[in-house]
Amino acid sequence: MNFSEIRTRLDGLDGRTYWRSLDELAGTPEFQDFLHREFPSQASEFTDPKGRRDFLRLMAASIALAGATACTRQPPEKIIPYVRQPEELVPGRPLFYATAMPLGGYGMPLLAESHMGRPTKTEGNPEHPASLGATDIYGQASILDLYDPDRSRTILHRGEVSTWDSFVTAMRAQLNAQTATQGAGFRILTEPITSPTLLDQIETLLRTFPGAKWHQWDPVFGVMQTSGAAPAAAAATYRLEQADIVVALDADIFGMGPGMVRAQKDFAKRRRVDHPGQDMNRLYVAEPALTVTGAKADHRVALRARDVHAFAAALAGAVGAGSAAGVAGDIPEDVRSTWIPAIARDLQAHRGRAVVIAGDTQPPAVHALARAMNESLGNVGATVIYGEPLTGTNRDGIASLGELVGDMAAGRVEVLLMLGGNPVFTAPGHLGFAHHLDRVPLRVHLSQALDETSTLCHWHLNEAHFLESWGDIRSFDGAVTIIQPLIAPLYGGKTALDVIAALNGQGDKSGLDLVRDYWTRAMGGVTTAAWNIEFGETFDKTWRKALHDGFIAGTSSFDAASTEPTAPTEPTATGTTGATQPTQPTTNMSGLEIVFRPDPTILDGRFANNAWLQELPKPLTKITWDAVAYVSPRTAQRLGLESRDLATLTYRGAAQQMPIWVQPGHAEESVTVHFGYGRTKAGRVGSNVGFNAFTLRRAEAPWFDGGLEITKAGTYDISTTQVHHSMESRNLVRVVTKEQYAAHPSVVHEMAHTPAPGMTLYPKFEYNGYKWGMAIDTSTCTGCSVCIIACQSENNIAVVGKEGVGRGREMHWLRVDTYYAGNIDTPETYHQPVPCMQCENAPCEQVCPVAATTHSAEGLNDMVYNRCVGTRYCSNNCPYKVRRFNFLLYSDYTTPSFDMMRNPDVTVRSRGVMEKCTYCVQRINHARGDAKTEGRTIADGEIKTACEQACPSDAIVFGDLNDPNSRVSKLKAQERNYGILEDLNTRPRTTYLAAVRNPNPEIEPAATHTSGAMGH
Amino acid sequence: MSQIFKRSSNALAKASLIGVVATLAFLGWVVMLLMRSSFVTGQNAYVDQPIQFSHAHHVGGMGIDCRYCHTTVETSAFANIPPTKTCMNCHSQVWNQAPILEPVRASFRDNTPLEWTRVHDLPDFVYFNHQVHVAKGVGCATCHGRVDQMPLMLQHASLQMEWCLECHRAPEKFLRPKEEVFNMAYEAPANQLELGNRLKQQYGIASVEHLTSCSTCHR
Repeated sequence: MNFSEIRTRLDGLDGRTYWRSLDELAGTPEFQDFLHREFPSQASEFTDPKGRRDFLRLMAASIALAGATACTRQPPEKIIPYVRQPEELVPGRPLFYATAMPLGGYGMPLLAESHMGRPTKTEGNPEHPASLGATDIYGQASILDLYDPDRSRTILHRGEVSTWDSFVTAMRAQLNAQTATQGAGFRILTEPITSPTLLDQIETLLRTFPGAKWHQWDPVFGVMQTSGAAPAAAAATYRLEQADIVVALDADIFGMGPGMVRAQKDFAKRRRVDHPGQDMNRLYVAEPALTVTGAKADHRVALRARDVHAFAAALAGAVGAGSAAGVAGDIPEDVRSTWIPAIARDLQAHRGRAVVIAGDTQPPAVHALARAMNESLGNVGATVIYGEPLTGTNRDGIASLGELVGDMAAGRVEVLLMLGGNPVFTAPGHLGFAHHLDRVPLRVHLSQALDETSTLCHWHLNEAHFLESWGDIRSFDGAVTIIQPLIAPLYGGKTALDVIAALNGQGDKSGLDLVRDYWTRAMGGVTTAAWNIEFGETFDKTWRKALHDGFIAGTSSFDAASTEPTAPTEPTATGTTGATQPTQPTTNMSGLEIVFRPDPTILDGRFANNAWLQELPKPLTKITWDAVAYVSPRTAQRLGLESRDLATLTYRGAAQQMPIWVQPGHAEESVTVHFGYGRTKAGRVGSNVGFNAFTLRRAEAPWFDGGLEITKAGTYDISTTQVHHSMESRNLVRVVTKEQYAAHPSVVHEMAHTPAPGMTLYPKFEYNGYKWGMAIDTSTCTGCSVCIIACQSENNIAVVGKEGVGRGREMHWLRVDTYYAGNIDTPETYHQPVPCMQCENAPCEQVCPVAATTHSAEGLNDMVYNRCVGTRYCSNNCPYKVRRFNFLLYSDYTTPSFDMMRNPDVTVRSRGVMEKCTYCVQRINHARGDAKTEGRTIADGEIKTACEQACPSDAIVFGDLNDPNSRVSKLKAQERNYGILEDLNTRPRTTYLAAVRNPNPEIEPAATHTSGAMGH
Repeated sequence: MSQIFKRSSNALAKASLIGVVATLAFLGWVVMLLMRSSFVTGQNAYVDQPIQFSHAHHVGGMGIDCRYCHTTVETSAFANIPPTKTCMNCHSQVWNQAPILEPVRASFRDNTPLEWTRVHDLPDFVYFNHQVHVAKGVGCATCHGRVDQMPLMLQHASLQMEWCLECHRAPEKFLRPKEEVFNMAYEAPANQLELGNRLKQQYGIASVEHLTSCSTCHR
């Protein structure tokens, strides 16, 4: 790929040019080839004479067979009623229960949908302050984990099937042997824990065994660098709703961490522009790899992770909150001379209404600087609240794990109880966790699958999924959610709570009893943690309300009425608080930098067997099924690397092969690797997929370091959807600045030609009843892609695998296109979710020979699966490329657990059938049924499509266009509303709101950004 | 050399042409007939059930309302098949020793559900909604027939799409006042069309365009 040629070409273009990938810009033969065939790899059959003959022969045979199979009769169906039907259950109507998904110790509050006792979908809990109705991709995809056929189904002892009772007996015998030494050889390794009941149980256990040590490890959430100067920095919660100016210092606030959903909600509230000239927030981001947060920034500076400290120090100096002297790291001269003073002035002009956020991957010094700036600007208490950390031990996970490995190596560990996590895979490679684990005489691991760690343990306990178990957990804001089960454990799994309680001699108690017991005591004030909450008059009332609402009232820090609950006291005060080795960062400040980040979709590998997350295109790069090493175009050029090269990364003596991806907007001389891939025992989906970056990670520098060497080692095939469904350089994204929009509101419309509404040969159709439509605000969309997973879960969408994606056969009904603007080194980035446009003059409908896609009276572009014969004319004629074809039998009809998972209101599609977004017609019909029964019309907001409901930015709005007061009608009445490819006169029902940027005029003078001369 | 074909061959050839067309048409007609026959649709065929439950006795004889057992017919797409408990409400007292009811008692005793075979089995891509039909004045008997006269349950209608569309294209022909929905013996009045049109207005029945849109039933 010739980067300089691309640069020349970009410079030569007038106005703003939007592009989707470097392949597209370079016009590589592969890209052209891909474009010319809507559905690749099929057409070539007919050019080969022999192939054609075989093909026709096969076709004839299949038609004959198809005719014969069509004569089968529908098999008889059983109806199995209850013996005693639960009172609240109405067959055919789902019930919703509030619960929470644990991730890294924190809870993502959810409402789980249950159809006749089977959880089928998870939504955010609208009443919970950490969710406000939205979710993240993990919450949406968790339902697939529950029904994962590779989940472990039994307790194993040395590989043999065993029982819970034998485990408890064996374990108690071992622990009794430990009593003499007060448990000196007993170690517990957990993930970070916020669950009050579990913390209480562990505390009880450690009181019995004062010599025992409790360690915590989690490669993502447990490595927040909280030791050192700013112990409480990581426990900061932000009020982005109050912030006019947000400065993120390598902080991926929209894409990582337990508070990302709420962060997007609050940010979007101040990002939305209802009328020209409205005030909006401004986001500055300094980060190494382009993230969804950086993509949203008004001003983004690509810095090596190790230089973020220098940036923070310079900014603090300019704000007057510290001195920049003596901080290593270099930042570009224009950033130092122009950007930093400008940002500082902007911050000072918005004292108390600005916030500086340091990323969890940055060292304590940066957190301290951010805190100093917030304090000096008067932001503390207004836009940021510093509290106590919620996890039971606020220890550095790296130190904790290091101490454990040290003890294991010294033979001091006799019994190791590992509750959750997968340390054999996730521990930094050089620690040799697996090697030293071998020295422990008794190893127990609780996990949902027989993973890398479980196979090395004497006992494997199969863990219950959170939708199967009782428990409690706190979300990032402190709110306590009672985790309630939706279904009895499918395979009799146990929770960490069950295990600890059994060791405490409370094995006869159910999870429900344990949680209820704790909160009964908490209400009576006899727990270690003093809960400053108003309990109701009776425990039962408080309990029922907490279960119903999904949280205990008064525990959230967002709840202004409540006082901050005091954190539970350190239960491990008995001799394990001090880390033996302080983790002062020993970052190498020279040489090529390596940056470690969790994978955006499968995280640290814990979701490796979740095919939805594997196939979800990673935000920005749209790569599926793989982890890659990201480099900037300039650095790639220097190193002689290109996308899809396989390179050997050598760092501190460890070597690992990784494919290379050239990422526009990446910091120079820096390489970002995502860990989480390369698992060997994940299951049928996730095993032996991709490359394992944990082998390179070091305990001394878990997030970034210098001294990387990189050499090309070959090529590698990567499946990315970024070049699929190309819009062929038509300007589908429209961007204006706040000033342009205020001065000239019609600017968005002038960017393209729109035919008059009457210009059509088809007779005009009056939509008298409802007229469904959708508006998508590209201003607030962060590209987080939760809409795709929500759609997949709601509409029973199949996955196709890496090879299928490579052939362009992905089935997602909704895609999120990423567009770059400007040059390839520091591009602006925009996102555009593209579902079916539900065109009023739909090109697909005219060409279907069997009328399998027709128009409904409410303007939906209906797809009738049972009529479809698979000609694919419709998708060929769709200018938006939103139709998806089942080339093979992608839906899994044979795995019994998936039968339970599927949405019973949506048909499961078979091979040879076209499908596409329906605007969640099952939800429309459901709401219509109720409205009709009650003799009323459907209220605005009563129907939420799956994507709309899940969206943390509220960027997607669905409703009735015939109601002038509906939210969607009001959005469409805005000046920045536009349809894409409207010049084709398709009259799309899905329209977009142009993205409005809010650049700082000091950094980007108004004259330099040309108004949208975008061509037609 | 003599002619291979006689003169009569012309006539034969013509006849065979007509014959081919006629045979194809006949075959088509047979297929059409077959597809609509009860052999294919399962119409009016008795289905084996674990208990020979008689609607004729319970509804016709005892006068039990449909909703005593089919409790969710007004609130959900699915009309509900009663739990064993509903049977035992009465049969713990009456006929509580009857051998024919042993499966019911066994079910209640052992907490194992009865397994009924579905009689009205629509294809899986059809989403029928009882709630709306009942609320809009479509009588039970309109689709299910005189259940109160059926000793064993059978499928009264063909359940083919053309049968659904008969009503969806012209609901006025079938609508009845809401209070008559559960009346098995309801007879359509002589002025059905007039009544139907009035009810269509009154109940806010959707337009025919909507009722015949694909996504109304398929999704």
